[in-house]
Amino acid sequence: MSNPLLTLEGVHTHIGAYHILHGVDLQVPRGQLTMLLGRNGAGKTTTLRTIMGLWQASAGRIAFGGQDITKRHTPQIAQLGIAYVPENMGIFADLTVKENMVLAARGARSAAQIDGERLAWIFRLFPAVQKFWNHPAGKLSGGQKQMLAVSRAIVEPRELLIVDEPSKGLAPAIINNMIDAFQQLKASGVTILLVEQNLSFARRLGDHVAVMDNGRVVHAGRMQALADDEALQQRLLGLSL
Amino acid sequence: MRLDFDYKPLLLVPVLALLALPLVGSGSTWLTLTVAGLAMGMIIFIIASGLTLVFGLMDVLNFGHGVFIALGAFVATSVLGAMGDWTGSSDIWRNLLAVLPAMLVAMAVAGAVGLAFERFIVRPVYGQHLKQILITMGGMIIGEELIKVIWGPQQIPLPLPAGMQGSWLIGEAAVEKYRVVAVIVGLLVFALLAWTLSRTKVGLLIRAGVQDREMVESLGYRIRRLFVGVFVAGSALAGLGGVMWGLYQQTVIPQMGAQVNILIFIVIIIGGLGSTAGALIGALLVGLMANYTGFLVPKVALFSNIALMVAVLLWRPQGVYPVANR
Repeated sequence: MSNPLLTLEGVHTHIGAYHILHGVDLQVPRGQLTMLLGRNGAGKTTTLRTIMGLWQASAGRIAFGGQDITKRHTPQIAQLGIAYVPENMGIFADLTVKENMVLAARGARSAAQIDGERLAWIFRLFPAVQKFWNHPAGKLSGGQKQMLAVSRAIVEPRELLIVDEPSKGLAPAIINNMIDAFQQLKASGVTILLVEQNLSFARRLGDHVAVMDNGRVVHAGRMQALADDEALQQRLLGLSL
Repeated sequence: MRLDFDYKPLLLVPVLALLALPLVGSGSTWLTLTVAGLAMGMIIFIIASGLTLVFGLMDVLNFGHGVFIALGAFVATSVLGAMGDWTGSSDIWRNLLAVLPAMLVAMAVAGAVGLAFERFIVRPVYGQHLKQILITMGGMIIGEELIKVIWGPQQIPLPLPAGMQGSWLIGEAAVEKYRVVAVIVGLLVFALLAWTLSRTKVGLLIRAGVQDREMVESLGYRIRRLFVGVFVAGSALAGLGGVMWGLYQQTVIPQMGAQVNILIFIVIIIGGLGSTAGALIGALLVGLMANYTGFLVPKVALFSNIALMVAVLLWRPQGVYPVANR
């Protein structure tokens, strides 16, 4: 893979006494969408949190755009141009949708200072964000919260978007909406790393795939190749796409 | 989607006041007690507002908050003592011109000591509650001893400036002037806090950090810096509260912070840890309850506030305005 945007080499992570990641090797190519798949407990969320510095890698190296970010703190990593949507979405429930967006736009002190064109694009992607602009975010439905979480991540241009299980608990119609949004984001040139359990979602969106098991990446390649190989799917995931 | 504001906790304050009216009997006595309770509540709110944000933002249990109260009060004795001409005047404007610098100096000193307290006492024990309790209490004891070294161990009088002494008569009710001043200062502090928290980006960050500090960091903000700022501001507010509490009691002792600490923790638990609006409601309830029971059944004055806290927690186990995501 030539010139990947994000590279993990032999990354180990311990959480307390537990050794969760056992030497993760992963490359995320520029401008493409990489799916990170695996059974529950395989280490997918830990990998994302380690990339973001929320848990420190105990060994190995993480590089973003050629810079070593292994020992950097979370705010520094985010400032380099990585947006992160955690599994619980990280919505500030007591704040309004507008206030959530203002916070995500680091360069804006108020909603008026958010890039108008970009906001209009987000409103087209996720009309619910505009509809509930002045409502408390805690009152949104699960799907609307996920739309807000992704909107927040893209309110300013970022090189890499990392999203943990965006389709979790969402109705099929909203999943389709989310797929449309990620396709548009991909088309705009953003590099995306998605953790998913929904294999149909993964198949429709992914360019590349990495499959994790027991804290390691056990397979990496083109998404289409995995989608076309039922025996491989059964072996890696115990399921077929 | 319903947008209903949770108004029920707001009603607790008038409900408590109205319940006390038939028990007190006399309308004028009730008015005097109510104004005294509101004044006491406002002073406690000023002190508690910083502490609740410190807990909400970084999960830090600071049992040493009381030292900033005592420090503020003792600094005020020195500043006001040096301005005898101004405090002795019966002109309330000259009095205010003496009290204002006393408040500002007390806030500056308490804020500066708060900065050192956070750096050397709190920072080494982030995320360790038991150690936080022990080390911050230890910090308060050391602070009290240092106050004794500087100002002496004895009680020091802090008389009200001449123009703030006495009462205004409203019908048959006597309303002490200083208590009205305390209510006004408390409202100004609340308005400033409410504006900062709701209208500025720093305020948004504080509110967001109270709910989910990890997410705030993931958005690219350094929450530790924010926390230091909130800690210093909270210490400065405790210093301001100490000046006002000292003038309310008209004497100061090095242990005064530890005495007020109990009330402050009752207030922030009633309000919901991390909630400024909750702290205001909790402080007003505690102030009113202390004054009503102090008049009706003095022996149960402190117990009544603990009973109030238990009653509120039975109704809302996370306080009147629980912070989301906590």
